[in-house]
Amino acid sequence: MLFQKRFGKSLAYIALSVMSATCIVPFIWMLSTSLKSQKELFKFPPVWIPETFQWHNYSDAWHAGGLNFSLMFYNTMIIAIPVTVFTILCSSLAAYAFARVEFIGRDFIFTMLLASIMVPPVVSLIPQFIMFREFGWLDSFKPLIVPGLFGNAFAIFLLRQFFHTIPKELEDAAMMDGCTRFRIWLQMFLPLSKPAIATLSIFTFQFIYNDFIGPLIYINSMDKFTVQLGLASFRGTYLTRYDLLMAASVFTIMPVIILFLFAQRYFVQGITTSGLKG
Amino acid sequence: MRNLNPLINIPIFMNSWSKLMGRKRVRDNIVGYSFIFPALFGFLTFILLPVVASFVIGFLKWDLLTAPEWAGIDNYINLFKDEVFLISFKNTVLWVVYYVPASIALSLILALAMNLPLRGIAFFRALIYIPVISPLLAVALLFVWLYNGDFGLINLMLSKIGIAPVEWLTDEQLALPSIALMAIWKNAGWNMLIFLAALQGIPQHLYESAELDGATNWRRFWNITFPLLSPATFFIVVISIIGAFQVFGEIYIMTSGGPGYSTHTLSYYLWSSAFQYNKMGYAGAISMIMFLLILIVTLIQNRIFGRRVQYDL
Repeated sequence: MLFQKRFGKSLAYIALSVMSATCIVPFIWMLSTSLKSQKELFKFPPVWIPETFQWHNYSDAWHAGGLNFSLMFYNTMIIAIPVTVFTILCSSLAAYAFARVEFIGRDFIFTMLLASIMVPPVVSLIPQFIMFREFGWLDSFKPLIVPGLFGNAFAIFLLRQFFHTIPKELEDAAMMDGCTRFRIWLQMFLPLSKPAIATLSIFTFQFIYNDFIGPLIYINSMDKFTVQLGLASFRGTYLTRYDLLMAASVFTIMPVIILFLFAQRYFVQGITTSGLKG
Repeated sequence: MRNLNPLINIPIFMNSWSKLMGRKRVRDNIVGYSFIFPALFGFLTFILLPVVASFVIGFLKWDLLTAPEWAGIDNYINLFKDEVFLISFKNTVLWVVYYVPASIALSLILALAMNLPLRGIAFFRALIYIPVISPLLAVALLFVWLYNGDFGLINLMLSKIGIAPVEWLTDEQLALPSIALMAIWKNAGWNMLIFLAALQGIPQHLYESAELDGATNWRRFWNITFPLLSPATFFIVVISIIGAFQVFGEIYIMTSGGPGYSTHTLSYYLWSSAFQYNKMGYAGAISMIMFLLILIVTLIQNRIFGRRVQYDL
């Protein structure tokens, strides 16, 4: 029995190791490639640890082909930060109203919003492009920021589920003392839903940071490139310089990995309690 | 007595009308609408209005340089005569077939493994999430390198065990499945997260009583875990299919629709019609067809599986 249990356990660890190795080995190859000399790139059998680490690949990639990754990181933040903050504010405000305030047509509007999750983004792409073109917003950050400032159905749904778990008595007591709905949202619901808000902020930030289709469609000038667009254009100019390409990939992945490691513990917690478990 | 006005019998109106009276009600309406105003405004301006506009644009001939002309259903007729569109359609369906079942099966297996009560499990979970959180662009570029015909790691490894190099992305037959393989690998952790959350919501006492009754692991999986996962599974299937029908980024980065038209998908063809050839009406028509396709598939799923989903014990 004991033997069986131990055997089962080791088997489980082997399976887990194989699974996580499959996830991680390509990234190790990325890291290894990024530190190779050009000669080592095409060596057979493959080299995993370069003879000398070519750290200069990173600084070369940072400025390669007239690109400037410092500026591109700055541009990305200019887009991602306001979108993340306003997504949380507007979505949670709406979620609070849907969860707690009784107004005419509430359930109808909520159902409609929820159904909009099913609408594929490509359907609105062409009219949005034409609309922003009319506004004269092409080749600016506006088409990438403005639509993200009003909250979105997914976030509203998640936060509403979370708000349902907050006991009503707390709120009733505050209302008796003459507290306004706005203050209840700000000082009670926002602080109480930290895990859900943390999860959503990470999702939103990551979504904006990782997006390259939006910038691809709307941005033309190099000085307005986002990190992802820079990496995409990099590929066009340095098709065979996999050392530089992988170095650039490493530093575009780094911010999301760091963010994830910091916020990891919120992940499953946030999703479980926000009712996505169904 | 039952009210005969049909409107009042609809629950939404029933709730609202009767509660309309009174000062608190008026205030709640004002507060409610002002709280949802930004979200509602965003929804109307950036989703509803564009969807309606897309429908109209589908009937126009418009290159953005000259004034739009009314084209009636010409765009739709031309689409079904357009070989590239038909290939894109076929490839999109193929993509859904390659991607969705494999992706969901893999994430379920991962979730079951990552739910084991073992020491250090959090570490393994963290590693599984890394492909998911990484930007698609960087991951796809990494796979372009891994799939490289002459010097890619995968072919180098294969040659070690005596297998001839495979043209992963340059062979017309292989390119689409190769990209799908990358996407399955990248996204497995995302669905796993949802499965994992659902698994952790299953009450432990069910397993305990099943164990007392002498149920095997396999029976416990089929009779407890699987039925109780059905809401999560349904959610994942619906969302995965909707996403798969719109595949674009992977294709754009890894093959740009080639070789030939072998990796052209509907989204890719829509993008190239609109932004490479300035055929806005044509692209609008493609988007409406995609919308309809996704809507029909979602409704069918809802009809067939929606009722079988077990939400409660």
